[in-house]
Amino acid sequence: MKAQELICIVCPIGCHMSVERKAAEFIVTGNGCPRGIAYAKKELTAPSRTITTTVKILHSNFRRLPVKTNGEVPKERMFDVMSEINSISVEAPVNMGDIILKDVLGLGVDIVSSKSMHRVEVM
Amino acid sequence: MPYELVVIGGGPAGLAAALEARKEGIKHILILERDKELGGILQQCIHNGFGLHQFKEELTGPEYAGRFIEMVQKEGIEYKLGAMVVSVNDKKEITYVSPSDGLVTLQATAIVLAMGCRERPRGALSIPGTRPSGIFTAGTAQRYVNMEGKMVGKRVVILGSGDIGLIMARRMTLEGAKVEVVAELMPYSGGLTRNIVQCLEDFNIPLKLSHTVTEIHGTDRVTGVTIAKVDANRKPIHGTEITYECDTLLLSVGLVPENEISESLGVEMSRVTSGPVVNESMQTSIEGIFACGNVVHVHDLVDFVTKESQRAGASAARYIQKRLTLSEELIHTEPKSGVRYVIPNTIDLANVGESVELFMRVTDVFRNVKLVAMQDGKVIREVAKKHLAPGEMEKLVIPIKNIAPAGGEITVMVKEA
Repeated sequence: MKAQELICIVCPIGCHMSVERKAAEFIVTGNGCPRGIAYAKKELTAPSRTITTTVKILHSNFRRLPVKTNGEVPKERMFDVMSEINSISVEAPVNMGDIILKDVLGLGVDIVSSKSMHRVEVM
Repeated sequence: MPYELVVIGGGPAGLAAALEARKEGIKHILILERDKELGGILQQCIHNGFGLHQFKEELTGPEYAGRFIEMVQKEGIEYKLGAMVVSVNDKKEITYVSPSDGLVTLQATAIVLAMGCRERPRGALSIPGTRPSGIFTAGTAQRYVNMEGKMVGKRVVILGSGDIGLIMARRMTLEGAKVEVVAELMPYSGGLTRNIVQCLEDFNIPLKLSHTVTEIHGTDRVTGVTIAKVDANRKPIHGTEITYECDTLLLSVGLVPENEISESLGVEMSRVTSGPVVNESMQTSIEGIFACGNVVHVHDLVDFVTKESQRAGASAARYIQKRLTLSEELIHTEPKSGVRYVIPNTIDLANVGESVELFMRVTDVFRNVKLVAMQDGKVIREVAKKHLAPGEMEKLVIPIKNIAPAGGEITVMVKEA
């Protein structure tokens, strides 16, 4: 198979990598660290992404609580996960790291709060 | 009661400076923040990628801010929210207004300016066309969407491919909007390559380099945006116009340090960075007034803001404790060919340890070159660079033994390898 060009998105350096598939093996070049190899394999077989978004929050200083997936979800399921997250709302107080939604869509990852927001009664 | 240290701004710069001053033994510290909470712009940057240098892990903006807020609270450092500083003078009197305190004037021994930066608005670009609603700076849209829970539009054109523009392209898409195109005036993107991949390519959003907005359509609300290709002089090429139907235009076209206070205070300003001129201790031209973070020069990574601000906080502490040397013997730094600016602007060797760190931005994209620091015609440091770009801040660490104490200015330039 022809080598495929790929830019590593694991960290902000953004290595330009080349991936060649030989039978069941992937030959990766241009990666700056081992994480690049893992990313390249995953990107060619089952690409996945971390999602960072917000959830509606009541009784807080602001109307949205920032959240993230505590692992990666399949790239093609991103919008499914988004509509699931957008269907819920929480009430303050919330602590950073609280699980907001467990095992979203059975994908094996949770939606966790990335901010502590205290309760405010007057809004 | 007079404070030893007043920090203006409770974003990453102000928090790090206050914490470092406390670590150096300063008791009476006050942070003045105009928003409803500490953390600054990090609170709206809900994406991850922060903290790789500082914490060796990847955090979201609120998580990065949260760690510093927790430390500030644990240290019992006093802070005021909703407190807008209206003036500071060279006697170090600070006046602020807040709904709870009214108009208050405070006396400080030392001050850290940490007000951050602002986005360049439409007016800074002189885009022709009508003036409908639906035109936002990317950061304003980011605050609406991520904090206030208000979607700013359904069909979007983005001008500027800096990281904020790219991040907002993904964010708007995830929330159900259609991002038609990202147009970039320069022939290269100002954002990280990984953001082009995960924010644009992931969602098939086209990036048009060497393009700019030539017209905005609509009277009440934006109805469309015309972009055109630009030539080598960045002038639109007639006949290359494309009009996109859309209801929103986001501008991600650069940041400018917010320095109304610094200017009225009378500290010497740099015309290149639009921030105060600072020395190796992050001290401005007025003794006891320090500055750090994006108010001095716009950074790419918050981790570097933290580091610079820790230096400012530690220096403010030494000033308060009368341990900071204030000599007249200063070595100036000067950007030369290929370098736009160098921070710090002056160096007092008496306040420097083993080495001094110089930060700089280049004027253009360069490949396979050397970044060189010279003093009195002698190379005092050079580093080979595969790739330099204006969007990426560079650093040179110069060992103190290489610098002649009574020597001339230190110049920094890009040279062919």
